[in-house]
Amino acid sequence: MNTPSTGLSIRAFVVLFIVVLGLFLLNLGLGSVTIPIDEVAKILLGQTVENEAWQNIILKIRLPRTITAVLVGAALSVGGLQMQTLFRNPLAGPSVLGITAGASLGVAAIMLAAGSATTAFAIRSLGIGSSWLIVLASSVGAFLVLLIILAISYRIRDNVVMLIVGIMVANITIAVVSIWQYFSDPEQIQEYILWTFGSLGGVTTHQLGVLGGIVGGGILATFLLSKTLNALLLGEDYAQSMGLNIRRSRMLIIFVTSVLAGAITGFCGPIGFVGIAVPHLTRSFLNTSDHRLLIPSCVLVGAILMLFCDIISQVPGSTTVLPVNAITAMIGSPIVIWIIVKRRNLKSSF
Amino acid sequence: MSKGILHTESLSVGYTAKSSQKTVLSGLNLDLKKGELTCLLGPNGSGKSTLIRSIAGIQKPLSGQVDLLGKQLSEVSPKALAKQLSLVLTDRTAPGNLTVYGLVSLGRFPYTSWMGSLSAQDKSIVQWALESTGTLQFADRHIGELSDGERQKVMIARALAQETDLIILDEPTAHLDSPNRIEIFHLLRELVANGQRAILISTHDIETALANADKLWLVSDQTIHQGAPEDLVLNGELEKAFSKEGLSFNYSLGRFEKEKAREGAKILLQGDGQRFHWTKSALLRAGFQLVTTNEDFSVAVEETATKTPWLVQGEFQISSIEHLLIKLNQLNEDEME
Repeated sequence: MNTPSTGLSIRAFVVLFIVVLGLFLLNLGLGSVTIPIDEVAKILLGQTVENEAWQNIILKIRLPRTITAVLVGAALSVGGLQMQTLFRNPLAGPSVLGITAGASLGVAAIMLAAGSATTAFAIRSLGIGSSWLIVLASSVGAFLVLLIILAISYRIRDNVVMLIVGIMVANITIAVVSIWQYFSDPEQIQEYILWTFGSLGGVTTHQLGVLGGIVGGGILATFLLSKTLNALLLGEDYAQSMGLNIRRSRMLIIFVTSVLAGAITGFCGPIGFVGIAVPHLTRSFLNTSDHRLLIPSCVLVGAILMLFCDIISQVPGSTTVLPVNAITAMIGSPIVIWIIVKRRNLKSSF
Repeated sequence: MSKGILHTESLSVGYTAKSSQKTVLSGLNLDLKKGELTCLLGPNGSGKSTLIRSIAGIQKPLSGQVDLLGKQLSEVSPKALAKQLSLVLTDRTAPGNLTVYGLVSLGRFPYTSWMGSLSAQDKSIVQWALESTGTLQFADRHIGELSDGERQKVMIARALAQETDLIILDEPTAHLDSPNRIEIFHLLRELVANGQRAILISTHDIETALANADKLWLVSDQTIHQGAPEDLVLNGELEKAFSKEGLSFNYSLGRFEKEKAREGAKILLQGDGQRFHWTKSALLRAGFQLVTTNEDFSVAVEETATKTPWLVQGEFQISSIEHLLIKLNQLNEDEME
């Protein structure tokens, strides 16, 4: 897959990386209190600054949130990329196929099984042990939904039908969650609804280590699957004829995607549209289908999109904070519409 | 038989649905040899794809066995199989963002390291595959920018880059117009000519298969007759395989035709060469019967270029086949009155 444009790709990487860095600093500086970029840089480099409050805001609140934004963007984008390749469906993505809904159900189920009157927010504040529990529950939920989708995809090869099935599976899981909500106290419902808005700010420094490890591991695993994903570009029959073990590859891809989407959903709530939109933006930016280039660039583009959404959701200069899920939907949906309009033939838009 | 590549022994293929088996083709004793282009010919829905999937190891046969290079197919590992057998499928969906070079180099998949990087040797084989299929000039183009014919050539290049003894193509020309179809078959003929590989291609296109195949695998009555195409024409198997109510095989023209309900006027056609052949074809289509004695009308065809090569009844000079048919119909009507 050595296209002659390797030099071009390196330049693209450098540009993307600089944009990520810029938005990262901007995200730290902007918010209800605006902190100058040079002060932000000083704080990050460990130098003392006059305003101690700024130091606390940056290190204790904004830095974890900004790192979370990068992790969320990277993980969901890479997960979406894998699913688009596996299902050969340009509209596949964690939120569309009901994977995030499955992850939500996993989180909800754990709370029911525990029998305690807790919600995701309450469990999240328990510490590291329970954060693994959340990741496990939401990943298992995501994995189960993906298995159902995969089983159905064997019988139906039609892209649009697959999407409808995904939406229906998502509806079933949402229905189960809403039955649970119906029997819960109003305060819990309120907290659950807050969780579904998506939040990048709820991840503590300890949990950030867990999340960072999982996302890093998941992205590394995906990168190791590059050759497999490239072979799958031509469809499973071709991939098998080239000696690929289809069953094992499929399970690996689903496992990695579930863990990535599950961990993010568990910690930050269901965040939509990043997973579908970013792989397409990346493909049109780099003009390639080679996963060895696409995976690292999806990480960067995903981080850019999520940082950008986070900056907007903070409404710089005001004390208002908008739900981040609403912002990703407002930016992501037009991108998805643009994909459908631009490429009339969905099947060839990889 | 050192040239033999593939052999099947009382093979049955079909589907296993729930608890019941549906046999599509059975009793198959077939061979593929290096240096031969074999056409798997049969009507749509006769089980060609099922057989191809079974021979390619994508689907398990119901019974019997497939031997590839002296080894049972079921015992060859997927990786080893990928170095012996490559596929080209009907499927038009190739990712539009992939470059031609990128797609062809995917053929090196069984040979490259875990990251899929191409060695110098891999690169020279990709180069050779592009050159042999005449696709080198658009190596940098994206798949989405290619025509259907160009795309199939690129898929063939990918199969070549896999360096296998056997290439199997499942209806590769189904979406193509005739010039592209002929070009693809011409390319395949070139690729078997050096005797280094065998090619099996499935098609429902009788005329192209008859013109290009060294051997036919003819699907008929849920089994397959194997032989040289001409033999299968002469012993009537081809006609049997495609027989349908009201269709008959025209042995002199090598194609199937609708039987005429009404018997037309009897015509004595004289002459030879190309113009004679096309005149005959036109008269048969229009429903006239060709006879060897002068019964109703006579038509003489002049092969050398004159303005009026056709002479009807020894008196009317005609300049084109269109006018010839009009004249004959006119004479026929006059006769009836």
